[in-house]
Amino acid sequence: MSTQVHHAEPGIFQKYFWSTDHKMIAMQYMFTGMAMALIGGFLAYVFRMQLGFPNKSVPGFGIVTPGKYNAVVTMHGSIMIFWVAMPILIAAFGNFLIPLMIGADDMAFPRINRLSYQIFLVSILVLLASFFVKGGAFGGAWTAYPPLSASGAYNLTPAGATLWLVAVALEFMAFLLGGINFTVTTMNSRAPGMKMYDIPMIVWMIVLASVIFMASVGPLIAGAVMLLFDQTLSTGFYDPTRGGDPLLWEHLFWFFGHPEVYVVLLPAMGIVAEVITVFARKKMFGYKTILYTAWATGVLSFVVWAHHQFVAGIDPRMANIFTVTTLLISVPITEMVFLYIATLYGGSISLTTPMLWALAFVAEFMIGGVTGIFLGASGTDIYLHDTYFVIAHFHYTFVPIAIISVFAGVTFWYPKMFGRMLNDTLGKIHFWGTVIAFNVIFIPLFMTGVAGDQRRVYSYAQFAEQARPELQHLRTTSTIALLVMLSFQVIFLINFFWSLRNGKRAGANPWRSTTLEWTVPSPPPHGNFAELPTVYRGPYEYGLPGRAEDYWPQNDPS
Amino acid sequence: MWQRYIIEASTYAQSIDHLFLLIAALVGFWFIVAETVFFWLIFTFRKKDGRPTQHITGEEKHLVRWITIPHFLVILCDIVILVPAIMVWYNVKEAMPPADQTVRVIGQQWAWSFQQPGPDGILDTADDIRTVGELHVTVNTTYHFELESRDVVHSFAIPSFRLKQDALPGRTITGWFRPNRVGTYDIQCTQICGIGHAMMAGRIIVETPQDHAAWLLHNSNPSAASEPGSPASRAGSSMVAEVRR
Repeated sequence: MSTQVHHAEPGIFQKYFWSTDHKMIAMQYMFTGMAMALIGGFLAYVFRMQLGFPNKSVPGFGIVTPGKYNAVVTMHGSIMIFWVAMPILIAAFGNFLIPLMIGADDMAFPRINRLSYQIFLVSILVLLASFFVKGGAFGGAWTAYPPLSASGAYNLTPAGATLWLVAVALEFMAFLLGGINFTVTTMNSRAPGMKMYDIPMIVWMIVLASVIFMASVGPLIAGAVMLLFDQTLSTGFYDPTRGGDPLLWEHLFWFFGHPEVYVVLLPAMGIVAEVITVFARKKMFGYKTILYTAWATGVLSFVVWAHHQFVAGIDPRMANIFTVTTLLISVPITEMVFLYIATLYGGSISLTTPMLWALAFVAEFMIGGVTGIFLGASGTDIYLHDTYFVIAHFHYTFVPIAIISVFAGVTFWYPKMFGRMLNDTLGKIHFWGTVIAFNVIFIPLFMTGVAGDQRRVYSYAQFAEQARPELQHLRTTSTIALLVMLSFQVIFLINFFWSLRNGKRAGANPWRSTTLEWTVPSPPPHGNFAELPTVYRGPYEYGLPGRAEDYWPQNDPS
Repeated sequence: MWQRYIIEASTYAQSIDHLFLLIAALVGFWFIVAETVFFWLIFTFRKKDGRPTQHITGEEKHLVRWITIPHFLVILCDIVILVPAIMVWYNVKEAMPPADQTVRVIGQQWAWSFQQPGPDGILDTADDIRTVGELHVTVNTTYHFELESRDVVHSFAIPSFRLKQDALPGRTITGWFRPNRVGTYDIQCTQICGIGHAMMAGRIIVETPQDHAAWLLHNSNPSAASEPGSPASRAGSSMVAEVRR
């Protein structure tokens, strides 16, 4: 801390709420995201209880009426994607890691960074307020298809619908500001000597995700403004009786909505890349190829959106084009996963807690990947569209992304963030409890989906084919597994907060890693580097023959 | 296997199921191979004292082929899936076999209503039969349906037929089905449409020609038929609710 210019020690408010330090903003995003994850998890508990034990009063919530059910599933989806996955994967890890990993003292635009978090916080306040307005929170699904979302007479949550839309628009603004910052910082503030192919994979992935996000979100913001006008000013952009078209929204939404999958996937892949290279003591297998496949995925993700709309009433001939592009995108993604698997070859693998999470990401994500083919193939999607098969499929992508990779990242960088080690035993108990329960939640849902269970339905009592007891057993199994998974998160929270004070002290580089963030003290001081580093080589130099240590830090001149 | 969960009751149900099984076989193969290699690598290269790691960049020719060969095999599998997927799609959604009968299907919050020709066999005439929540059809007959919505987006789905099509306000979407198994099957709405979404159930009753003729005769009451194409009032849905109670 010594060579930094010292300012007067800021007050509590200045330090924790008005900071422009990228690490403090990262912590703000991370803790806010964790708090939202608790809310999102609670909502999942509420609707799974209704599905597993229909019409019983849910402890801590009460009777789940159809209207409440719709609001709860809508909010679960919105919160988990926009207020958990994005803030933690992109904003928290991006803010914390990018300056540290590229050898900069802060982001390029620290005050834009602060503004980004503040807008994000406002978006949360608006969203949470919607639970308490007349009619309750929005109940038209996170996809918000008009005319249901456009008219209070249809959705019966007029105030909630508008607040939801405003909250989402604000969240987009926060991430546009963040995305510009991540991209500009990485392109302009790298340490001398760090060439394009010397940038750690996680930084590349967050930049790529930001570029994809910024390129795809524009049409949706325009669409959201039109929907807002339809709701509040009685315009008719999506109203067919006045020349509008509800399909327009579906196109604008999914033009953003599908790239969004890759916006959160790529940072997760980045985290996993960092973790497996460290704990396999291996160079990334085909660094450049991984980067190219990520770019290819990003570009292709812009031309697959209508696979969400095969049966939505678009021209059926369009489906053929989108089936081709959708199956094409499986090629770069498969290749990327193969390269990750190949990275393990010839390594020296230690199964620490972060490594377990990273390996679980690869193993589980493959299930999400292969089940996507059933939905991308237009022929089978006719049947599987909007069934629980879809739910199980995308949770096998989103849970590895937003839960498993996040735990990999948090357990891996915790020593750097807080200067203490997490308890490894508790970490492993938490890992196995979470991952096993996760599979028991969603494998039954593949089966109910194949059996025809449709989505977003609070009760199957009206549907003789779905009301069979054997399907109800599957739903109940899934619910019980969710209770198990949620209760295992208590272990994580205990471990996380207990270790803040009581964990073993971590040195600067507890994992013996090569990237720049491990060259500074843990936690890093304000300004990060006592002396700005110079970079001499790529990020994953492990196991080089003829060197005493099995790793060769990026900034080591010898 | 599939039949244990849900029966096949239309002519294209089987082709969709076969496509499902084909994809399951192909991606299942890749999945098992990839997971096996993955766990084998974790086991084989677990940390052992005194064994150094290998410095591999992933650009060595003899190693890269372990990626490029699977890469081309994946493309090949994609094509093997694409062709039948598009063929099934074309058969179900694009090619319209000539209709023996045409029915109108109307979604509204929160009921399905149906309009089908009476004894004269022509839609939109005075003897049309209008039903709510129940559609009576004849087995082995090709039906065209004209799908409409009165309010929000609904989705007309008959799982046993493997039929699903969104209903959009302001458009009429035409599709077809040909039931091939007598019985009563669920009709679902699969697009969230408000608080009554889970109540928006219907039934399709597939009858023998004799049974259907009897039903037709019993329900043909020209005086009861309303004006052709007149919009049903919102009261329609509350009537359904009454019936269900």
